Amino acid sequence: MAWYTETTTEKKKSKKELWVKCKNCHSHIYAEEWSKNLNVCPNCNYHGAISSYERINLLFDKDTFEELFSNISPKDSLKFNDLKGSYKDKYETNIKKTGINEAVVTGHGKMNAIPVVIAVMDFRFLGGSLGSGTGEKILQAANYAYDHNLPYIVISASGGARMQEGALSLMQMAKTCAGIARLNRKNIPYISVLTNPTTGGVSASYAMMGDINVSEPGALIGFAGRRVIEQTIGEKLPDDFQTSEYLREHGFVDSIVNRKDLKDYLSNVLSYYNR
Amino acid sequence: MGQEIDRIVMEKPEVEKMKKKTKKDLTPWEIVQISRHPKRPILQDYISHIVTNFIEFHGDRYFSDDKAMIGGFAEIDGQKVMLIGHNKGKKTHENIERNFGMAKPDGYRKALRLMKLAQRFNVPIITFIDTPGAFPGLEAEERGQAEAIAKNLTEMASIEVPIVCVVIGEGGSGGALGIGVGDKVLMLSNAIYSVISPEGCASILWRDAAFAPDAAEALNLTAKALKKHGVIDEIIEEPGEGAHTDVKKVANLIEKAVVKNIKSLQKLSVEELIQSRFEKFSAMGKFTVK
Repeated sequence: MAWYTETTTEKKKSKKELWVKCKNCHSHIYAEEWSKNLNVCPNCNYHGAISSYERINLLFDKDTFEELFSNISPKDSLKFNDLKGSYKDKYETNIKKTGINEAVVTGHGKMNAIPVVIAVMDFRFLGGSLGSGTGEKILQAANYAYDHNLPYIVISASGGARMQEGALSLMQMAKTCAGIARLNRKNIPYISVLTNPTTGGVSASYAMMGDINVSEPGALIGFAGRRVIEQTIGEKLPDDFQTSEYLREHGFVDSIVNRKDLKDYLSNVLSYYNR
Repeated sequence: MGQEIDRIVMEKPEVEKMKKKTKKDLTPWEIVQISRHPKRPILQDYISHIVTNFIEFHGDRYFSDDKAMIGGFAEIDGQKVMLIGHNKGKKTHENIERNFGMAKPDGYRKALRLMKLAQRFNVPIITFIDTPGAFPGLEAEERGQAEAIAKNLTEMASIEVPIVCVVIGEGGSGGALGIGVGDKVLMLSNAIYSVISPEGCASILWRDAAFAPDAAEALNLTAKALKKHGVIDEIIEEPGEGAHTDVKKVANLIEKAVVKNIKSLQKLSVEELIQSRFEKFSAMGKFTVK
């Protein structure tokens, strides 16, 4: 399920780190221009990866965001070792590298003056994989929204469940959905934003459960890996298979929104919330 | 002739000893093999042993009737229930028709429809889990495999009747969990339940599917390990070398365990039931708090 290692990752900087090569159109963009354009290719509108905090800065009114549950981080409860070493070493390296403790940053703040609770996944942290700590933070944030009667937004970027936590990671799918179910029962809106990539166990849990599902252009969204499906059916898949556009065409995504427009889109939708 | 008999008599205690030893020392990879044994009992075997008055229902009301997932009203030891489960086959043509127990979105939507029906009739739900995983195909993606499973996980959290799940063979990832959000989750001792198949995990993390035995070990996919980690509640011990050696006995053990759990869950009010299910799944997983 967690096939995040196969998917495209962050922007790649060229030797001098002055240029960014677009993963889609392969054109070289001046790094400063790339980041000024919110990690979106000015040539082809490819939406590159963006860190949780960069995303939060984009979405929230100045100085309104307050982080919650940042004290939660992974645990190697299975003592999982593979060819490349222990899970513990892996996540400790990731914590150092990314400056965050888990694959998601949670908190609350104001979006064009509308108070919301948010969980923003970060693909740089173990491929945004859903571990126990990730699931816990997403549930805790949902519970915070429940207790304070605030709309909940989750921005996903994940290859799926975190294999190194075995079935405990699988159970995070049920755990996070149990949090969403409570919001449903209380009629609190939940908006899911699916970004590149949102696959496997994350797509098959909270990411698909938005009252409104929004995605960024060209994002990879799907349950099973492309290669697995090609092996199963023994034929090539269409080029746009499992993209945001494909998902909208098949009725699973309400709207495709450019990164620069996301804040206004979300706050506009939530301006209809009248409870 | 006489000599042969002597030898058998002599050897029998040795064989018994070996059997006992094997049972104790089975590696996770050996358990994976037993869970996939060609003679492993499937849902229909247990139905024929313990269910009376089975009224099967068909279709998801959207697209089709997925034969990889079956369900209907059933009586088990006088207890009326809604029985839902993955439906593998025994012969090749059965397996092809039932897609080897790999349900499409239609199957998960049928399962949810029947759970809602159970709620309408106020009968408890029993699910039998036995699937390599949800079907990874073009049409499954097209019709929303992810959405169908996600919806079940979400809706099962709010179902107002008791849910007891039994993992009888392969508990393959999201495809298993899609009918696995139960108040009590039971598991046969040689069944497996995992986030990914050992082969899939090995090909990603070891870069070679041949490392599946190592992955099986690392994934903690056996009943014993999962009980320790709080993923399942109860282990149903299989006799001898596995469920296929005494189906009737296993069926009776399942019947006893399921009925006992339903009876105790029926003592809870609807509010208590839903709250305790929420708390159960909220507590899943281990993490560090600084």
